Amino acid sequence: METGRLGKTYPDREVIVREGEVGDCMFVIQAGHVEVTRRVDDREIRIAVLEAGDVFGEMALFGQETRSATVRALGEARVLSIDKREFLRGVHKDPSLAFRILQRMSQRIRDLDAEVARLKARD
Amino acid sequence: MQARGAEDKRLKLDSGSHVGVVGGGPAGSFFSYFLLRFAQRVDMDIHLDIYESRNFSVPGPAGCNMCAGVISESLVQILAVEGINLPPEVVQRGINSYVLHMEMGSTIIYTPLDEMRIATVYRGSGPRGVQQLKWSSFDGYLLELAVANGANLVRSRVSGITWNGGKPEVQIKGKPPQAYDLLVGAVGVNSPSLGLFEKLDFQYQQPKVRRTFITELEFGVDLVRTQFGNSMHVFLLNLPKLDFASLIPKGDYVTLCLIGTDIDRKFVESFLDHPVVKECFPADWALAPDACHCSPKFSTADALHPFADRVILIGDSGVTRFNKDGIGAAYRTAKAAAMTAIFEGISAKDFQKHYWPACRAISHDNRFGKLIFAGARLIKKMRYPLYGVLRMVKKEQQRLASQRQMSMVLWDMFTGSARYRDIFFRTLHPYFLARFLIEMVLAIFLASRRDTN
Repeated sequence: METGRLGKTYPDREVIVREGEVGDCMFVIQAGHVEVTRRVDDREIRIAVLEAGDVFGEMALFGQETRSATVRALGEARVLSIDKREFLRGVHKDPSLAFRILQRMSQRIRDLDAEVARLKARD
Repeated sequence: MQARGAEDKRLKLDSGSHVGVVGGGPAGSFFSYFLLRFAQRVDMDIHLDIYESRNFSVPGPAGCNMCAGVISESLVQILAVEGINLPPEVVQRGINSYVLHMEMGSTIIYTPLDEMRIATVYRGSGPRGVQQLKWSSFDGYLLELAVANGANLVRSRVSGITWNGGKPEVQIKGKPPQAYDLLVGAVGVNSPSLGLFEKLDFQYQQPKVRRTFITELEFGVDLVRTQFGNSMHVFLLNLPKLDFASLIPKGDYVTLCLIGTDIDRKFVESFLDHPVVKECFPADWALAPDACHCSPKFSTADALHPFADRVILIGDSGVTRFNKDGIGAAYRTAKAAAMTAIFEGISAKDFQKHYWPACRAISHDNRFGKLIFAGARLIKKMRYPLYGVLRMVKKEQQRLASQRQMSMVLWDMFTGSARYRDIFFRTLHPYFLARFLIEMVLAIFLASRRDTN
């Protein structure tokens, strides 16, 4: 079924988006895994590992900001890019298109809250 | 669109409501999927039946909904955002480019991101005579998605639709009639079931149609890859009868799709015999006499009054896109209908206010589409404008994606990836027109110099 693969295939460790760059698309993972990392005091910290069906790069579409993290393929990964213009036009016509993204963002906020609480409890 | 024995304010879906969907193609499956998802979000328990007699896992006409089988770039992206990621078992081939063929030459045009973002699929399980089922049906995949979200699949042909106490009622042979709070027509213009909705007497009229010709050419996966690659092949040839022709690579097969007037087997043979077309095929190749083929209808104008109280028609039985992206139109109309039914109501007034704008947007856009295709028909008869197109496209391939104006106009026109209105206004941009004019003048100049020499 190799002929039917959609998106672009990235080999292991290849950077898909780089922290600090301007983003004009978001991505949906079609197959494989990617890791999300962020530089803190010259150290690269892994924030998350995402899998097929997960979305990344959406934050740069909603704000006019640069990429907040670097995303790399973890093993071979296949990723479909979603054009900023295509996505925002779709959301403008049909706001429910953003529902799934909001659900994921909401889940991330929950996870972050839990992480903050855990760190504070450690203090 | 008169009310049928019920007041508008009572025409809403609630927990326990019954919804019937006639037709389990993309429009019916998208509608069912979204209706059940939206209902879940507002804690509404809906019982939904999909009537589909076809078995999409059977190869050949019995399991096929007859279509060229191209999922546009914009739809692939939107579906991914919706969480519907088309698997490689369903996608026959990812497309990242197209080859434009004209009498004076050919050129390849790549997607700006060099990424597979167009999917070619089979609506059923492949052509008649397929030896091994390697891929799954696109329609079957969407239907399974709807069933996984709670739809009940009724594998029977609908024999009649009537009104009973203000509610539409579906009849199938050997079973008592089933009344529904909402009945959805998603049968497509090729189904005789569409006539059953006309008999419901709410002034619904089927859309005007035209026939296209589709035939399947078997090459085997290796030859498809080496001969056609991941490119759709599009032909702008000055042949009488023919508006548009494309070769769409799939897994083991290539689908030939011809749109025009009175396209028959004889014309197909003469098309395949054209020197430009022959270049695409291996030297010793010939069309198999028993190649799977069909002449499905497709809409050329909108249906009239595609809704009433408790009844709505979606997909190409309502309004669809002109010449391209019928599955994209099925998605848009199905989702608009599902949103209206869950969040607004199921009266004719609700559909007029909340569903019809989605159809009207497609319909208005089609006017630009008709202008664009009329322009293409005109240009393909004229030698120098065609040279201008070819020269412009070839030069653009060396430039940044944002500077490929002609390539993107053709890409969006042939793949159905953008609104026709956007494409039309891009062709009126002074820079586009100036460059096109310059390339055309250069073509005339070079031709005259050749003649002088």
